[in-house]
Amino acid sequence: MKLKYFSAPYLVWMIVFILVPLLMIAYFAFTNDDGGFTVKYISDVGQYANIFVRSIWLSLIATAICLVIAYPVAFILSRMEKHKQGTMLMIVMLPMWMNFLLRTYAWMTLLGNNGIINYILGLVGLGPYKLINTSAAVVLGMVYNYLPFMILPLYSVMEKIDKSMFEAADDLGCSSVQTLFRVIVPLSMPGITSGITMVFVPAISTFIISRMLGGGSNLLIGDLIEMQFLGNAYNPHLGAAISFVLMVIILVIMTVMNQFDPDEQVLM
Amino acid sequence: MNLIKNIFSVSVTAVLGVSMLTACTASDESGTDEDEEISRQTLTIADTDYYTRFKDAGISINVYNWGEYISTGADEGTLDVNSEFEKLTGIKVNYTTFATNEELYAKLKGGAASYDVIIPSDYMISKMIRENMVQPLNFGNIPNFEYIMENFRCQDYDPQNAYSVPYTWGTVGIIYDSTMIDIAPEDIDWDLLWNQDYADQILMFDNPRDAFAISEIMLGYSINTEDKDELEQAAYKLKNQKKIVQGYVMDEIFDKMGAGDALIAPYYAGDALTIMDENEDLNFVVPKSGTNLFIDAMCIPVSARQKEAAEMYINFMCEPDIAYSNIDYICYSTPHQAAYEMLDEDVRNSTVSYPNQDFIRDKTTVFVNLSDEANLLMQNLWTEMKSAEDESSNRWIVPVFLIFCVIIMIFVLVRRHIRNKKDIF
Repeated sequence: MKLKYFSAPYLVWMIVFILVPLLMIAYFAFTNDDGGFTVKYISDVGQYANIFVRSIWLSLIATAICLVIAYPVAFILSRMEKHKQGTMLMIVMLPMWMNFLLRTYAWMTLLGNNGIINYILGLVGLGPYKLINTSAAVVLGMVYNYLPFMILPLYSVMEKIDKSMFEAADDLGCSSVQTLFRVIVPLSMPGITSGITMVFVPAISTFIISRMLGGGSNLLIGDLIEMQFLGNAYNPHLGAAISFVLMVIILVIMTVMNQFDPDEQVLM
Repeated sequence: MNLIKNIFSVSVTAVLGVSMLTACTASDESGTDEDEEISRQTLTIADTDYYTRFKDAGISINVYNWGEYISTGADEGTLDVNSEFEKLTGIKVNYTTFATNEELYAKLKGGAASYDVIIPSDYMISKMIRENMVQPLNFGNIPNFEYIMENFRCQDYDPQNAYSVPYTWGTVGIIYDSTMIDIAPEDIDWDLLWNQDYADQILMFDNPRDAFAISEIMLGYSINTEDKDELEQAAYKLKNQKKIVQGYVMDEIFDKMGAGDALIAPYYAGDALTIMDENEDLNFVVPKSGTNLFIDAMCIPVSARQKEAAEMYINFMCEPDIAYSNIDYICYSTPHQAAYEMLDEDVRNSTVSYPNQDFIRDKTTVFVNLSDEANLLMQNLWTEMKSAEDESSNRWIVPVFLIFCVIIMIFVLVRRHIRNKKDIF
């Protein structure tokens, strides 16, 4: 029972740095400069529907690609010998030791019109291709930066699946495809949902990736919010309203996601 | 080799996270003699009594300036302006930097930080004056104001010149790769940024005010227009440009032009000189049809705690040797008469840094702050322009997204249904 008191600092932290800012966002979103109640800013968000759609779309693609890449990687990892697993995990984590901005900057150098990729393609007589400043580059940046967040939860779930499960499936006459869809996928569902959450949420609200790799013409919600605070017109109310709508959208998507989880756990 | 060099420069820049500003070539040759002279002169400032008033008071001031916008003594033999000030006056300088006027504004407006000296640009100064965010200066404490050239006083943004002391100025022009673009420099004008032949090789400002200004100059409108039609036409012109623009960037212009990733970009004269130092193929032209002249000036916010010490700092920045040292380091143009006279002759005659007086008078305009409505309209037009997608991709994103949502919903409902059925048995 006494253990409860140890959580007190975290509780205070949560209230001051999570709950209060959230309430402030809600307050700003629903008030005007004089502090009066208004839904003007919330309805103004509607004109940016295409930016919302694009953000959701790009981050969905990125999440899907992450899942497709990470799933086999996590499975292979979890079936390796124990001592190899540690090394391989470290290799997965390695890029995360570097600063996020630096990694994205590196992609700018790789993808540039005179960048390394076009340079190498040029040596074999191809290109140059327009690689940077496209929405594909933005998706690439998202996948690259958030892939470990997909691999790790998948790995930690799959690691716990007992080898005898596969043997039992084999004995009972499952083909390998059946084993995958009737044994592995259902058992790794919690890892899939938390992986999707951990990739989708940061991907949808990113702004620096689209700024650096999208060339400023692939506006995402994050850029839009940033523009309200540091742009030409200082408009914290609209910025808060956009953030608020974004939170609601993420909340809805996460609720839908949780339907896939057999335990119906809340993953937020 | 060149490629490797470029990659190296890009990554170093990334590591430092700052633009690599080095002194201009023109002034590099001035050598150490002159620099020693500067140090000596600084120590014999005429009115030292003025500066030593607060010697033992233990005062500190917060200075908020643009990044790489002061001489830091990083280059051998140059002055470290802030530490010289501390040495002379005993006032501690807490020096921090910002990247955009809007960042400065948001910081001050938020009220979280108190600054004693800030250095915003023209239009931001008029906005701050209007919103009572800066206070009138006591020019009795800033005798060195006399060095400021007559034509840089009493500008539109501060008509009585009561709030600000000009620090630097410059023009916006076009930087381009002269080996790839076969147009005589005197024929280059803003329409180069709209030239189809260089599609995907053009960079554009990622900042509505600067981008609209270029468009407005081409249309023959004032860069301070608040007229709805004119702004919409300017936005339309920018929208036309979008398909040939490689990217909308600000500081990245530095890396991308330096590395040869793009051929054409609009840029500020001072920074352009610095890149040209690194990449000799580049050339800079101030378009003949006119341009924006910007002035960055020192102000004191209303929330300043040490007004007199702040005025002392401003005065110190206007000491001829200090002003010279700063301008020599940052390569922008100076409104300071004495510092201008100390510059090398080829710098003074440079048409990039110091275009002739007639051109400045007739063809350049200084930004003033726009009304809130005009700012908002510009911001909205800009967002609309930037978020407008090519027709082809726009057509299928929404339907696919909707179908995706519907499939998920059906899936969820069916699953629920099956599960409920199972529970019955």
